[in-house]
Amino acid sequence: MSVVTTAVTDAVVAGKKNSPLAQRIKRDPIAWIGKPLVWAVCLAPLAWLAWLAPTGGLGANPIEFINRHLGDWGLRILLVSLAVTPLRIVTGWKQAVRFRRLIGLFAFFYVVLHVTNYVVVDHFFNWREIFQDIIKRWYITVGMVGLLSLTSLAITSTKGWIKRIGGRNWNRLHKLVYVAGVAGCIHFIMMRKGFQIEPLVYAGIFALLMSARLIEFLRRRFFA
Amino acid sequence: MLIKFKKASDALGSEITPKSVFDRRREFLKTAAVAGAGLALGGLPSFSARAAREKLSGVKKTKWTAESLGPTDQPNDFDTISSYNNFYEFGTGKKDPVANAKDFKPLPWTVEIGGLCGKPGKIGFEDLIKPHALEERVYRFRCVEAWSMVVPWVGIPLADALKRFEPAADAKYVAFETLFDPKRMPGQRGPVLDWPYKEGLRMDEAMHPLTILAVGLYGEMLPNQNGAPLRLIVPWKYGFKSIKSIVSIKFESRLPKTTWSGSAPSEYGFYSNVNPTVSHPRWSQSSERRIGEIFRRETKMFNGYEEEVASLYAGMDLKKLF
Repeated sequence: MSVVTTAVTDAVVAGKKNSPLAQRIKRDPIAWIGKPLVWAVCLAPLAWLAWLAPTGGLGANPIEFINRHLGDWGLRILLVSLAVTPLRIVTGWKQAVRFRRLIGLFAFFYVVLHVTNYVVVDHFFNWREIFQDIIKRWYITVGMVGLLSLTSLAITSTKGWIKRIGGRNWNRLHKLVYVAGVAGCIHFIMMRKGFQIEPLVYAGIFALLMSARLIEFLRRRFFA
Repeated sequence: MLIKFKKASDALGSEITPKSVFDRRREFLKTAAVAGAGLALGGLPSFSARAAREKLSGVKKTKWTAESLGPTDQPNDFDTISSYNNFYEFGTGKKDPVANAKDFKPLPWTVEIGGLCGKPGKIGFEDLIKPHALEERVYRFRCVEAWSMVVPWVGIPLADALKRFEPAADAKYVAFETLFDPKRMPGQRGPVLDWPYKEGLRMDEAMHPLTILAVGLYGEMLPNQNGAPLRLIVPWKYGFKSIKSIVSIKFESRLPKTTWSGSAPSEYGFYSNVNPTVSHPRWSQSSERRIGEIFRRETKMFNGYEEEVASLYAGMDLKKLF
């Protein structure tokens, strides 16, 4: 991180190493470099859609394409947010946790767009059909469980909410992210037909990230 | 010999975009603008799917024309039909088949005829098709995934071809198989489905005048990604019943095993008639999206062919035998 910080600081301030901006970047590189980078990377999949749309890159069924794309990226970014803690465990880099909320909110952002596309564009507010989908089609039921979990996390993601319900309870509540992870992976597996590898890869990554937590828990419990 | 090259100037009626289609294109753009759904505008693929196209000659018109379907059921364009495909033998993505079937050489092609019939044996593609006049059939095509198109197929009535092999009296079903050749069909290298792909029809369904063996699209040989050189088209059933790249046709006395109903029996029945009242575990079948349109439309019983085929299923509980 420090190598990147130095390089970026140099580039941004172009030699004036003691300017106020340079001072600020040096004092808090995560806020000034790390987070803007997360924003740029997380918005790229949306920019990609906007780029494809006018060139016909969305194919014959653009609504389906958009739905898959948003869903894929919701799950991918959710897995990245779940990788923050294992990254800290493995590397010992404590500052990593400062990215977690932002990445998690981007996962929520894509999931909301995914569901909005389903409700507004795919079904055009046909609530009867949407309600039928939720109760009759298991992969949509499971997807809704994931959406509700992520929504409760997003709402309570502010400092105010941490104070209001207390850090301990807040931590407990935010274990719901694991429910969202399970729901996301199952939703993806169920929605593919036949035996397909791709959704299983996502489930495998999720299992790996969860086992990192389990191993750390056991280590602390019995060996620390 | 019906399958031969043709001069480029010999255009089929189906190649000329009817005015109604052109007008609907405008309508589509307008709707999109009104809805403010700029993202939905990308209807056309950026690449051309028109590689190595061979014209079919002597294709005769039938009563199943674009005009007979009416203004709300006009054919999708060639690029759409040939770039948005479910053909798991060439990959599970909709754009996979057009990319992965690019170098597939369908001809020469042999079909094995077997089972309960008087004339079993192997028959070449041309010998199978040659004795019959090619017909243009513009049909609605409804995928089980709740999207649909209108497609101008070229083919021969399946009944005419089957009769040549003298089906026995106890032949109650016809079973079909797709080519199994993982070298040429890369999707078959994975365990996505229980290869080779199998489908089947009851004899009366197979003999129905709507059922065809398709060899062409828009007056040309079938593109590889659409099931070259030979596929089934049963327009009142979900698309997966219309098996592609057929290498085996067998007459059987018992209900044949079919791939999707074997893979997920609760989801895909043997009959799989288009039926808006039988809900599927994955997709509500009450509505569908016509490719090229934004809003869903209601799905019709038997995909709109109720008048022609409902009698085949008289007295059957189609909710149980879905």
